[in-house]
Amino acid sequence: MTALVEPRVVSGGPDHLEELRTDPIGLMRRVRDECGDVGEFRLAGRRVVLLSGAEANEFFFRAPDEELDQAEAYPFMTPIFGEGVVFDATPEQRREALHNQALKGSFMKGHAATIAAEVDRMVAGWGDEGEIDLLDWFAELTIYTSSACLIGRKFREQLDRRFADLYHDLERGTDAIAYVDPYADIESFRKRDAARAALVELVQGIMDGREPNPPKEDRDLLDVLMSVKDADGALRFDADQVTGMFISMMFAGHHTTSGTAAWTLIELLRHPGVLDGVVRELDELYADGREVSFQALRAIPRLESAIKEALRLHPPLILLLRVAKNDHEVLGHRIPAGTMVGCSVAVSNRIPEDFPDPDAFDPDRYVAPREEDLLHRWTWVPFGAGRHRCVGANFAMMQLKAIFSVLLRDWEFEFAQPPETYRNDHSKMVVQLARPCAVRYRRRRR
Amino acid sequence: MRIEADLDLCQGHAMCELEAPDVFEVPRKGKVRVLDPEPPEDARAEVAAAVRYCPTQALRLLET
Repeated sequence: MTALVEPRVVSGGPDHLEELRTDPIGLMRRVRDECGDVGEFRLAGRRVVLLSGAEANEFFFRAPDEELDQAEAYPFMTPIFGEGVVFDATPEQRREALHNQALKGSFMKGHAATIAAEVDRMVAGWGDEGEIDLLDWFAELTIYTSSACLIGRKFREQLDRRFADLYHDLERGTDAIAYVDPYADIESFRKRDAARAALVELVQGIMDGREPNPPKEDRDLLDVLMSVKDADGALRFDADQVTGMFISMMFAGHHTTSGTAAWTLIELLRHPGVLDGVVRELDELYADGREVSFQALRAIPRLESAIKEALRLHPPLILLLRVAKNDHEVLGHRIPAGTMVGCSVAVSNRIPEDFPDPDAFDPDRYVAPREEDLLHRWTWVPFGAGRHRCVGANFAMMQLKAIFSVLLRDWEFEFAQPPETYRNDHSKMVVQLARPCAVRYRRRRR
Repeated sequence: MRIEADLDLCQGHAMCELEAPDVFEVPRKGKVRVLDPEPPEDARAEVAAAVRYCPTQALRLLET
């Protein structure tokens, strides 16, 4: 056995917290350029071993929670979810919880119909032409779709714009300062805590208005949770806990889907030839009047390739983190217990050896025989990979197909600002579109 | 065709059982059992769907 070496630390130190808060992708790219597949940066005094490339990524994605743990890796999530939710649970409890009933295949057709109906409702007030803010619009839409699909339509009917705005404040409360102190006295954390309190109040109001024993066919998840009693007959979950559960259920599918929808539209508008192909494909598929709920579950090859390419270039999660629970060895490098380990999704997705012309939007890379997403399953990782690959990936693809089936059937879009000015805001761990990010719409004439 | 399951990756989501119940079985809290590792050609559509919808991409379909 050859002697293990320590991972090389990237330049720009001694600490990289500030750089992570301003230009995380630049930092991660420099780690790969200077250090190779295994490098290191410092986050508020802690060592973070950053991996990229197929072999290092495979190690990362195959490791079970008992070896590379997620719980301590995301301290900015605890104040959002609340104590006792998700990352406060044991790996075993988390695995169990991930077997989410609502994501089972048999529910997908119903979800597709729900999503198409929500898009219809959002565009109902559009008139013949106008302008939307992509961040606002898709964030509101995906609050309605995820609450309707995961919690139930009854709960969704009790939500309005306010819920989406408060939820946005939660997502903005993910400054990497949390690695120093998740409760630091900074504006985004104050807004986060105020938003969570307001959401609890909103949910409390909804709970107060619920019938005590609704008929079985009329129950949503909130009714079910409200029917759970402890040994003394008191309610098992209060509004704070229920809100925490709902926030966490919706979190993984919200900013991710919303951002991907926005980037898919932006990239299609940047590439009119691809957009034409997608619109023609949808027109042909829906020419016979078939339902979106039918087609969104089936292949829409050109649209799917465009979504995949938007995901590769603009992955909603750019950095995945774990904490090593024991000593590890990766490509001859030593990773001692207690070290943070990261996978740089945004960098892996653009490795030129795996994805030729990596910065180009080229949906054809997913067409057989290239199929670069399948061929490079440890580096094409917008959904992660391995054990913790996104359980909602199929739901997300179906949702995006349903959204664009409705939008591109009836509407045309154009940029409301120069095409190169659309960009992401990387100042928070939850990456979102930076404003301004407006597009204009016009009803299609046929 | 032949099916390979990577039990390291399988997390027991049981999507495969939903798609192709004759070929896959997933016990509660357990990992996938491939009931028929070389299924007949007429099961190809279901098996392909099972492979495609596996959330952890633990299944592979190999041509024999």
